[in-house]
Amino acid sequence: MDTTESTVAPLKKNRSPFLQRLANFFAEMAKINSFIFRFFKEAFMPPYEFKEIMRQCYETGVRSFTLITLTGFIVGFIFTKQSRPSLASFGATSWLPSLVSIAILRALAPLVTALIASGKVGSSIGAELGSMRVTEQIDAMEVSGTKPFKYLVCTRVLATTIVIPILATYTAFIALLGGYLNVSGNEGTSYRAYMEAVFDPITFLDFESSLIKSIVFGFTIGIVGCYQGYYSNKGTEGVGKAANGAVVTAMFLVFIEEMIIVQLTGWFR
Amino acid sequence: MEKVKAKIDYYNPVITIRDLYKSFGDMKVLQGIDLDLYQGENLVVLGRSGTGKSVLIKIISGMLRADSGDVTVLGHDMNTIREKDLQELRIRIGFSFQASALYDSMTVRQNLEFPLVRNRKGMTRKEIDTATESVLDAVGLLSAINQMPVELSGGQRKRVGIARTLILNPEIMLYDEPTAGLDPITCIEINDLINEVQQRFNTSSIIITHDLTCAKSTGDRIAMLLDGKFEHVGSFNEVFDTDDKRVKPFFDYNFVE
Repeated sequence: MDTTESTVAPLKKNRSPFLQRLANFFAEMAKINSFIFRFFKEAFMPPYEFKEIMRQCYETGVRSFTLITLTGFIVGFIFTKQSRPSLASFGATSWLPSLVSIAILRALAPLVTALIASGKVGSSIGAELGSMRVTEQIDAMEVSGTKPFKYLVCTRVLATTIVIPILATYTAFIALLGGYLNVSGNEGTSYRAYMEAVFDPITFLDFESSLIKSIVFGFTIGIVGCYQGYYSNKGTEGVGKAANGAVVTAMFLVFIEEMIIVQLTGWFR
Repeated sequence: MEKVKAKIDYYNPVITIRDLYKSFGDMKVLQGIDLDLYQGENLVVLGRSGTGKSVLIKIISGMLRADSGDVTVLGHDMNTIREKDLQELRIRIGFSFQASALYDSMTVRQNLEFPLVRNRKGMTRKEIDTATESVLDAVGLLSAINQMPVELSGGQRKRVGIARTLILNPEIMLYDEPTAGLDPITCIEINDLINEVQQRFNTSSIIITHDLTCAKSTGDRIAMLLDGKFEHVGSFNEVFDTDDKRVKPFFDYNFVE
């Protein structure tokens, strides 16, 4: 049964506000865990919603494409420009492509992509599902014999998990292009020489950690957006809260995950 | 349109409810509901806002669970029903929502096709189109087939919502406030549609409403929900032939200036 009944413990008269908040926190954690568990349980069981997953992939990519192109380019260009004086003081501007590539591939591309997708895609998912919840469209799916969780949540989470790594790779490419324009303008470096210098310090571990990070970020953005929207209530106010909650929570978690994955990768280096 | 006398099979209850209780926190909503809905019958549930009318049909459709009591729908015990059986049972129950609940990112055609393609595997494109057009024609909205829900009026949205449930040929229809927020002429049209659905599709229905005109013109039996229980059950005249101060205002507000 896919009810919207609250799992949060009701306030008892003799319970202090602190204990009540603590109880609510643990109840919410249990609800989130059960939501994630349900995703893994339902996402890989037939029937598969391939068509809807493809549609969501397209929506996720299109929604963020323009902003990611612009941001990626600016990040690459500005980062190269700002790094130049420090390297120039050591007479090491030839290391600029290597510095840019390490920074972009290891950290900036997945992070920038995830932050933009949190704003564009996460909020959109939160608002869309929130609106469907308050207008009883999710209930309508449920009573007509369709599994709304599978159709709405699993498809969106899978789409963000698939598309964010692709977008992060694209962001890295565009950012490196931005870096090239700056390097080429100042040093007259050829595109081929720049690209050779860019890939020289990059290891398989860099690609791997960047890819894993993007997959984790994509999953987080999708699951947070869906959770906020799927359990939204209180009418139109709830829709706004769901969209806002999706962005704020996803961004917060992305930073935490970035920190953890960087630490873990450091042990393998 | 005058209501045609329905063929009700009083030996065949499709819904049986005994001693049903439901609370939300400290708020007691349903406190000992007993109800039988017979095959072919339109039962109207009247009651004040917040008395649990919608909760009752949500329990019947399996969207909420009862705290205690027995609910049997088309032979299935709703307390012990398995998830798979519930999915199959839901196809046999149509639920018309108060605000229609049309999928606003889909056209009218896609709204109707959505439950069909998910529950009737192996249908050809032509069969899907025929079923969609036939049911839209039955509610008088074939011309709106390619429109988006946002382009429809309140009455049209209700009709499409009813059509979307009818496309699966349900045996039971649950109407949640079918005439709420509609003008009197559209209300009459919706009432006629409810009666037509009963005749043409041979459905048994529970109609939740405050609207006594709707109750009088669609109900074979009226049940008045008061303080969490059905206090007055019978024909329209039987229910309102009372001095109960909790019932009289309903009649006075609707029919007396």
